[in-house]
Amino acid sequence: MATDHELRLRERLTRLRNLNLLGGARVSGELEKLQRQLERIQAAPTDEEIWRSVELARHQDRPYTLDYVERLFDDWVELHGDRGRADDHALVIGLGRFDGRTVALVGNQKGRDIKERTDRNFGMAYPEGYRKAMRLMELADLHKFPLVSLIDIPGAYPGVAAEQHGQGGAIARSQALMSRLQVPIVCCVIGEGGSGGAIATAVADRVLMQEHAIYTVISPEGCAAILWRDAGEAKKAAAAFKPDALHCLELGVIDGIVPEPEGGAHTDPDEAARLLGESIREALEELESIAPDDLKRRRRAKFRSLGVYA
Amino acid sequence: MSSRIDVSIEHRNVPEPPGKHPNTCPSCSSHYRDDELEAALWVCPHCGHHFTMRARARIASLADEGTFVEEAAELRSEDPLDFFDLRPYTERLAEAEMKTGLGEAILIGHGLIDGNAAELAVMDFAFMGGSMGSVVGEKFSRGCDSAAQRGVPLVSVTASGGARMQEGILSLMQLPKTVCAVEDLHDAGQPLISVMSHPTTAGVLASFASLGDVIVAEPGALLAFTGPRVVQQTTREKLPDDFGLAEQNLRFGHLDAIVPRPELKAYVARLLRLFSRNGD
Repeated sequence: MATDHELRLRERLTRLRNLNLLGGARVSGELEKLQRQLERIQAAPTDEEIWRSVELARHQDRPYTLDYVERLFDDWVELHGDRGRADDHALVIGLGRFDGRTVALVGNQKGRDIKERTDRNFGMAYPEGYRKAMRLMELADLHKFPLVSLIDIPGAYPGVAAEQHGQGGAIARSQALMSRLQVPIVCCVIGEGGSGGAIATAVADRVLMQEHAIYTVISPEGCAAILWRDAGEAKKAAAAFKPDALHCLELGVIDGIVPEPEGGAHTDPDEAARLLGESIREALEELESIAPDDLKRRRRAKFRSLGVYA
Repeated sequence: MSSRIDVSIEHRNVPEPPGKHPNTCPSCSSHYRDDELEAALWVCPHCGHHFTMRARARIASLADEGTFVEEAAELRSEDPLDFFDLRPYTERLAEAEMKTGLGEAILIGHGLIDGNAAELAVMDFAFMGGSMGSVVGEKFSRGCDSAAQRGVPLVSVTASGGARMQEGILSLMQLPKTVCAVEDLHDAGQPLISVMSHPTTAGVLASFASLGDVIVAEPGALLAFTGPRVVQQTTREKLPDDFGLAEQNLRFGHLDAIVPRPELKAYVARLLRLFSRNGD
């Protein structure tokens, strides 16, 4: 099994090597990164390991966006509201100093206790949340701040008001806006990357994933309910659609894996933040040397290349 | 020794009542012959209910006769995850192709609509629920490129249950992929006219379908990111009668118009004329 996965990754490497026509100088950095990822692959994750990632990604003590913000950013100022109708607490936006530069941050935010969880709607944004994110993206573009996006959302909120306020359109337009931005965008899935709610803020130049995060088109329970007609088959569903970081890397959906402390990010949030910060810094430095127009063009080309067909 | 016999288990195997005939109107129960429905563009002549329309029939109803030229017909899905639920994905694909005579859930190509050149991207719900996997994403994107190259608008007609779960995360990636393709089309100065037919939900609604410069829907179409059944189950909220339907979407400002099928071609042609810069 391991060799099979290795082979596919090697294939990607080869394809990248042959890409000098399109890519230019920066492809070599990408190559090195892939090479390193390849070295880390010992074996394909088993079904049990995949399910462990699902559990760790949802762990109640897992660090959330604001836990990382307080450890990584100086002079953090949280901003509020979508300038239209509400301030969605399931998603936080703000400005802070990261490594000597001002960055704009958008992140999904879950709650710790019952009261906060309800207030933050278990991290599930309404359309107002995506509009709040878009407002920050426009601000970042105007003032040339790099954008950092942290993803941790079980999925878009399935509610009457969410539909009436245009959930589908808001998710679509948020992606469209990200594909137009002329500033570097780094995104990291830090817990659950749940379907449309996640992709709304994940159209980035570098998409990273923490080691035990998951990135899914539908929750394992939702998939099981539809395909197996039994939400209890979530484990089987997860094993079938492979939401773990390694598989996402192999499929070319993410650009890199951010390591976590042994046992998961919740065992040592300080160390988890340090590792995350390092990856974001590295990605930003790489992106800041690319011309704004080029950034946009490459971002679109990257997303447009995703898919497997014959 | 129980004196009662539990018979509840027997009910589990009772076959479901036979489904209604596809030519029976779900709204007023009128029944039609195939040729009657075809002549009426699959709109119930009694109550105006819009049956789902197959992709080729849709193209025939929009494009001027003999002008449509299909593109990228050869693309086929692969099975990147070796996905197996109750049956293998490859088996479902083969069955869908045999059942529908289509290679995938979308057809693209170029043609004339009332004499106006346009690119068309039309989905077919009969192919695995019109779900969007890698091929649907790729074909739609190529439709955008073809429109940009020809300097013509793109008209999309959607009918989809959402992303194709069997392709896992790659199906989610078709959202940003098609969004980026629309943005490239816009950069080339061409519009997307999005026609949403029943149903346009989840991943397709949350990507290219909602990015139309003009968005219209057919009467009674379900246009929701999350469908009524799931919303009801998760929130236990009482749903409004027209929850997620085109009529509600129009009221809340998500649509430009609801256009009955017999008027659609003329409506789209009028838009195409308006978008062509003074008739060039």
